[in-house]
Amino acid sequence: MLELYGTALRSRLLLGTARYPSPAVLSEAVRAARCEVVTVSLRREAGGERSGQGFWAIVRTLGVRVLPNTAGCHSVKEAVTTAHMAREVFGTHWIKLEVIGEDDTLQPDVFALVEAAGILSQEGFEVFPYTTEDLVVAERLLGAGCRVLMPWAAPIGSGRGLNNLFALRALRAHFAEVPLIIDAGLGVPSHAAQALELGFDAVLINTAVAQARDPVQMAAAFAQAVEAGYGARLAGPIEARDLAVPSTPIVGTAFRG
Amino acid sequence: MRILVNGAWRETGGAELASVLAELGYDDAVVATAVNGEFVAAAARPATPIADGDRIEVLAPMQGG
Repeated sequence: MLELYGTALRSRLLLGTARYPSPAVLSEAVRAARCEVVTVSLRREAGGERSGQGFWAIVRTLGVRVLPNTAGCHSVKEAVTTAHMAREVFGTHWIKLEVIGEDDTLQPDVFALVEAAGILSQEGFEVFPYTTEDLVVAERLLGAGCRVLMPWAAPIGSGRGLNNLFALRALRAHFAEVPLIIDAGLGVPSHAAQALELGFDAVLINTAVAQARDPVQMAAAFAQAVEAGYGARLAGPIEARDLAVPSTPIVGTAFRG
Repeated sequence: MRILVNGAWRETGGAELASVLAELGYDDAVVATAVNGEFVAAAARPATPIADGDRIEVLAPMQGG
């Protein structure tokens, strides 16, 4: 079981709720993914408009836990205020903390992230920081009170997969006891399987499912990949090597000697 | 008086946040509010005075990644 801030989860696949062709497809994709956690957000809504209310009504029928984000925030103040607003609306202490530092890559501003994480943790939030693969930043986030980390694989929505394998392996090895969820940049199920094979505890997928030609089928494919990757991790993968090793025993080979 | 609601200037006769929201049609909507960048809890809206030039954010649940 995956445990996040004391909550035990069977599924190691978290799903974003944005960019689906329709609310009905979103609902079907969540079911196909067999996920237990979906991410949600807050946006401005005009009086009389009810799209946000409709969306929230749909999410509540899915029977999943929500992880609100602070997407779009560029400062500590914005992120902290948005977290307060999300806690009230969604009724959860969980917050996926995003503080964007650069608009082309949507790279986190890790300095502001650490500061905001400290403030929110002190206030009783359970913070899921969207961060880079940097070891020192990870250490600071844990020092600020985070007990889960969400390192990126690649820029949000890029579908590039695990961009910096060396650093991600180092992060996993260095923080062996901390739940690490790969967030952002995965494109296909094999990326998710690879993340789990490397020992990451879970993955969060949005664009790769929502923008697929068939989001529901892709959600199911990611669910299978996550299970396969986790199973492989438990089974103990062999180490890659440079030279061949015969798999068929060579003792008793005909025509030799 | 004029206030900035979600980035747009509006005329309002409301003296406190709860009546401004009612005037703008939010009524029973599930929204979160902030005034001049500070979160205002739903329970505090009736006692939160609004002044000319205040910046109000009204946020609703939305899809997110």
